[in-house]
Amino acid sequence: MLQLKNICFSVDGKDILKDINFTAEDRFIAVTGPNGSGKSTLLKIIMGLTEPTSGQILLDGNDITRLPVNERADKGISFAFQQPVRFKGLKVSDLMKLAVGKNLKASEQFARACDILSGVGLCAKDYMDRELNDTLSGGEMKRIEIAMAAARGTKLTLFDEPEAGIDLWSFQSLIHVFEQLYRDTSGSIIIISHQERILSIADKILYLKDGVIERYDDGKKIMSELELNMHSSDCKVLTDKNTHCGKGRELK
Amino acid sequence: MMNEIQKSLLKEVAALDALPTGAYNIRSDGSGIARNTTANIDIITKQDKQGIDIIIRPGTKNESVHIPVIISQSGIEELVYNDFFIGEDCDVTIIAGCGIHCAGKDDSKHDGIHSFYVGKNSKVRYVEKHYGEGEGRGKRLMNPTTIIELEENAVMKLETSQIGGIDDTLRITKAVLKENAGIIIHDKILTAGTQHANAEIHVEMNGDGSNCDIISRGVAKESSYQEVTIKIDGNAACSGHAECDSIIMDNGVILAVPQLKATNVEASLIHEAAIGKIAGEQLLKLMTMGLTEKEAEELIIKGFLQ
Repeated sequence: MLQLKNICFSVDGKDILKDINFTAEDRFIAVTGPNGSGKSTLLKIIMGLTEPTSGQILLDGNDITRLPVNERADKGISFAFQQPVRFKGLKVSDLMKLAVGKNLKASEQFARACDILSGVGLCAKDYMDRELNDTLSGGEMKRIEIAMAAARGTKLTLFDEPEAGIDLWSFQSLIHVFEQLYRDTSGSIIIISHQERILSIADKILYLKDGVIERYDDGKKIMSELELNMHSSDCKVLTDKNTHCGKGRELK
Repeated sequence: MMNEIQKSLLKEVAALDALPTGAYNIRSDGSGIARNTTANIDIITKQDKQGIDIIIRPGTKNESVHIPVIISQSGIEELVYNDFFIGEDCDVTIIAGCGIHCAGKDDSKHDGIHSFYVGKNSKVRYVEKHYGEGEGRGKRLMNPTTIIELEENAVMKLETSQIGGIDDTLRITKAVLKENAGIIIHDKILTAGTQHANAEIHVEMNGDGSNCDIISRGVAKESSYQEVTIKIDGNAACSGHAECDSIIMDNGVILAVPQLKATNVEASLIHEAAIGKIAGEQLLKLMTMGLTEKEAEELIIKGFLQ
């Protein structure tokens, strides 16, 4: 179980995260909020990609605040980047095999990697030998990124806005990946999202604004409140972009 | 009978655990130690100088020739000429390569000059790997020169690499292409310590419809130096592309020199060159998958030179 205690993060005198405290008791937590609210920074701090200015991170009661990224990975944290990283020369199969784990035989590694790639809508036969370079589109890279994080099947998987770069219609068909990860593992998922479909299947929704947790509550409860408010709003999708709508609403 | 060092070098440069099938000529410490010819591929020792002629009959398909060279003693220096005469309508694979194990104080040096005359409509895949090892003070030196003449519609693919252990090298590749001939060159170099590598690749496209694609990848670690010069001459209605990518590490130095020359308005030539360090985000991505920073770096380099 993940626990954040008094996490603060400042850069150039600006407070990005202000005294964040929360315990991830539930298995599916959706983090949402406006641009610049600190969502990505929060996930990066959990993974160790960014060091907090102060505060403490506990995983199963153990302090991991000072652990390097790879040791957090070994302890069971996975991370899907919002902007997937490209590699010249490395193939999809190289990283997928790394993701599914060294303990499997080569044939088992391949079979599992193929299953997961198929799950994100990519035909393994066509993609396993592809290089993770500029020849893959942004959408393809994003699907592979999601597949790699899911393939690790760890106790905590962090997804930084998986819908970014994927069109809405394609993303709808990817939601089952998160559902399957939830179903097939006993691990927890923390996912940054603005998608109503994701928010509607979350156990808890964490709403971050200006570096502060404004709300952390039962997902269904929040979503039903939103439903009630829907009649007075033109917006159908909960996004930070709703501020552009004439009758946009805030989650409070 | 080969000793363990010779066997190890042979495996490293030609991926051979035993004698290969097909035609082969294995040279060790200055002389030939094993040879096999086939009905379609003949290998003849040169009389006027060190080296062999490899003669491949027209129409030979799906056959291979292995010609590895190994040097397992320090103090050996040799200059070898290997000439390949490949008939028309062939489809063959040629595996070359040189491995040096230098355990003594004297330098070991192999200069190999390979000339290819590739007949009309033939396809040739050429794989050449250079490798050095040994704790001796003597330097491991290699200077390969590859000269290629491609007749009409002939296609050649070269996969050349020098992955560690060579202290000093000058690698020269020159190719001349006639009508509709094509050449693909994938060259890889890894240097470390105070090693010095200089590679010059020069392709002349003289026939209409000819084409070339050159991809050079280098990694310069520690205080090593690499210089890569790629020249493409377009003298006809042809297309040429060169990509020169390098990763620089530690105190390494890399000089990439592209040169395109067109003497025909129908020539289309492109050159891309990039030098940079390993991106921090690449390291972090692999670390999120459980690799240490060093393991991540090694995997990135391995992939880059794959």
